[in-house]
Amino acid sequence: MKNNIKYITLLALGMIACEPEFENPIDESGNYESGEANFSNYVALGNSLTAGFADGALYITGQENSYPNILAQQFKSAGGGEFTQPLMSDNAGGALLSGTQILDNRFVLAFGADGSPKPAIYTGAAPTTEISNNLGNTFNNMGVPGAKSYHLVAPGYGNVAGVPAGTANPYFARFASSATTTVIADAVAQNATFFSLWIGNNDVLSYATSGGEGEDHNTTGNLDPATYGSQDITNSNVFAGVYSQLVDAMLAGGAKGVLLSLPSVTSIPYFTTVPYNPVPMDATTAAGANLAYAQYNGGLQQALAALAGTGLLTEEEVARRTITFVEGQNAVVIEDEDLTDLGAINPAFAALPKLRQATAEDLLVLPASSIIGTLADPNTPTSVIGVGVALEDKWVLTPEEQTAISTAQSAYNLTIKGIADAKGLAFYDAAADLEKVATVGIPYDGGVVTSEFVRGGGFSLDGVHPTPRGHAIIANGIMNALKTTYNANLPKVRPGDYGTVTLSNDVN
Amino acid sequence: MKKLLSLILFILVTVVTYAGGYRVSIQGQRALAMGHTGVAVVNSAELVFFNPAGLVYLESKINVSAGANAVFGQVAFQNELTGISSETDNPVGTPLELYGSYKVNDWMTLGLGVYTPYGSEVVWPTDWAGSHLVNNIELAAIYIQPIVSFKLSDVFSIGGGPIFVTGSVNFNRNLSRTLADIDGNRSNVTLDDSGVSNWGWSIGAMFNPSERLRVGFNYRSEIIIKAEGGEATFSNVPNSPGVPFSNGTTTFDANLPLPAELTVGVSYQLNKKWLFAFDYNRQYWSVYKSLDIDFGNTPTGPDSRNLRNYKNSSVYRFGTQYEATPKITLRAGYYYDETPVRPGFFAPETPRNDSQGFTGGLSFAVTPKLAIDASFLYLRFSEVEASYDYATESNGQFSSFGGTYKSSVFSPGLGVTYKL
Repeated sequence: MKNNIKYITLLALGMIACEPEFENPIDESGNYESGEANFSNYVALGNSLTAGFADGALYITGQENSYPNILAQQFKSAGGGEFTQPLMSDNAGGALLSGTQILDNRFVLAFGADGSPKPAIYTGAAPTTEISNNLGNTFNNMGVPGAKSYHLVAPGYGNVAGVPAGTANPYFARFASSATTTVIADAVAQNATFFSLWIGNNDVLSYATSGGEGEDHNTTGNLDPATYGSQDITNSNVFAGVYSQLVDAMLAGGAKGVLLSLPSVTSIPYFTTVPYNPVPMDATTAAGANLAYAQYNGGLQQALAALAGTGLLTEEEVARRTITFVEGQNAVVIEDEDLTDLGAINPAFAALPKLRQATAEDLLVLPASSIIGTLADPNTPTSVIGVGVALEDKWVLTPEEQTAISTAQSAYNLTIKGIADAKGLAFYDAAADLEKVATVGIPYDGGVVTSEFVRGGGFSLDGVHPTPRGHAIIANGIMNALKTTYNANLPKVRPGDYGTVTLSNDVN
Repeated sequence: MKKLLSLILFILVTVVTYAGGYRVSIQGQRALAMGHTGVAVVNSAELVFFNPAGLVYLESKINVSAGANAVFGQVAFQNELTGISSETDNPVGTPLELYGSYKVNDWMTLGLGVYTPYGSEVVWPTDWAGSHLVNNIELAAIYIQPIVSFKLSDVFSIGGGPIFVTGSVNFNRNLSRTLADIDGNRSNVTLDDSGVSNWGWSIGAMFNPSERLRVGFNYRSEIIIKAEGGEATFSNVPNSPGVPFSNGTTTFDANLPLPAELTVGVSYQLNKKWLFAFDYNRQYWSVYKSLDIDFGNTPTGPDSRNLRNYKNSSVYRFGTQYEATPKITLRAGYYYDETPVRPGFFAPETPRNDSQGFTGGLSFAVTPKLAIDASFLYLRFSEVEASYDYATESNGQFSSFGGTYKSSVFSPGLGVTYKL
């Protein structure tokens, strides 16, 4: 009988134990907590980085792996609510306006016939996202690719009619609540309990990617962003004013939030991949090229002699401008607007253009790789770009241009940190982490993330935007900041679970 | 009879068994009720499996034992750091056994057994956090064993015979932690092969120093299931020469060991009513070093090395039987089952840690010839912090996947014993 009882007891035990139960199940509430923050309605404000733009385009999987979406999934374990995003219609990434393609498809990593991998435009599917098809509501992810700080407060920025003329943003046009609204107004209308703000990168980035072609308004002193060109550097005071306006608007509803610093734009692969000296030459070719520049070099010496004592042309500058080729790797010849305009001093020197050879201090932009070494004029063998023909200003970021960028960026970051401290908001120093990626790399569960183009794992194929793995690192960094400021205890993500670049040979 | 046999065989082929690891110790209703002891217990035709030598001591000319269990086993996983939790959705496993013995004369008995000592079915949610190790696996092996048993004296007997194994495997996992096609669908591979067969053998001996005391020994050889030319189906692989695989079907070769097992044990008949038994199993898992998969569409050796590095492990079993009435016999048992998995090699495809088995059961004699046997098993696993640290990344480095695992297994069984 005793055994019978034991039997029945064990039987009951067994039935109960059919479902394995943890002593401390993490999916039950109370394991993770939001601390002083409330994640029930999270709105993310920003630009392409926030939208999940990668590989030169916006597409669904990139949006799904954006740091705000990763964060929102982690928030769910601590009272976070649903997180909506203005998803594109496909993973091709291009977009149409009234049926005509206005945005290119994404890059994928394709292997050429020689077996070497190169980014190429994906042609496996035609884009299906129609810009004029307004999605009809607002979204938690308010990231708008291409937006500068002041664009977030610009009325009409989402007016689809302004897209062709460039006065409005095609991405915002898809989900702007009206033709006259602003990004910030649509964000505020969502009554966020929590927000993140990462804006200001484009206020210097477009100047940088265009090789410093635009104006630096910290130099011009122009405080009216309405008059800025798209490749200009936003004046730091303009940035500060707009930024505090954005934060105040989000705080008005009692939200808590996190502000992100702006990473150095010049340490991204877009500027660190193409070497300054990519031109290999044998002795014969070098001699021939030197012959071609003999007249220019001689002219510089004449100018130096003629201007001696005037202080208008230094020996140092002449040395910088003198062009010599040697056997081995050679620096490309570039145009540099900051050199002395000799023709203006004396018309006799008009034939001496502002040329010099690049140095390690110059940053060549990623697209330059596809033109260096090609012929500017197919019928002229001596018109090799970078040798016989100088690289235009837009292909190179000279030290002077880099200084303009870093000056502006430092000022912006001071503003951001200052406002975070003043308002008691969380602050994530994304700049520091991305600097780490660019220098020593950040170890993760399965390797090290670096900024090496294609292989490093941190940056997508456009050389500017992070990969999903990069976004995962950013999301973890934000969660650390939320712990510091709000005592929020959130589960981290594993960067190794997030992908890097996408392989595909569907590129024609 | 023929019909029944083919029906049972059909069921055996189509059902799948489950166990933590892939050794399923459910080879007899009466033995299982006694903690799966039996190497020194002369009770029924279950001896075909437990100790062929003991068959000659069965009194009846013909003995048949047949039974089946329903195994309800699930595994839960969670990782506090990442907030990920997943639970398996395993179907009910149904290990079966069918044994028969025929006393040819006083010193020789023939027997036949069909049983399923290895099998596993683990179904994790597709694309779960450990999907680069396993999405789901289905492994079944059927042992068919004719045996012959010789009585050398009333004190000592031996027995044994060849084993024919036929098995099947179906295994799906993602190719890596991140590889996906343009739409983000994870690249995965399904390995499928069935009708994989091989031969092994077993030998046993029984020694009866007294009326009440029996000592048993049994050894079952290792059998390697060699899947050759199985079907490997790749899906969602990006169209790129950068990936060594492409969508569609190719062949694969892989070896899966079914380890050898040595059992020694004793049984002691205390009085008319009480019988006690103790078995010690040694399972030679160290043969399972690595699961290497070689795909047919790639020229060189193993394309996928999955270190397992198992160690030999032991099981300690205790059982008792109490004849309550002439019609009713009660049984109970306990065993302690050591895991063969070393720290750092805990893979979610065989999430097995140390466990304790609590067993019980009874036999009800419907007639003197026919008895109904019932058994149950409750396997208690403690929660375990474990990881698999040898998942190969595309950069050649190892990554680790782990967290807290908790398994539960419960299994009721039913069978019949027939004597003629």
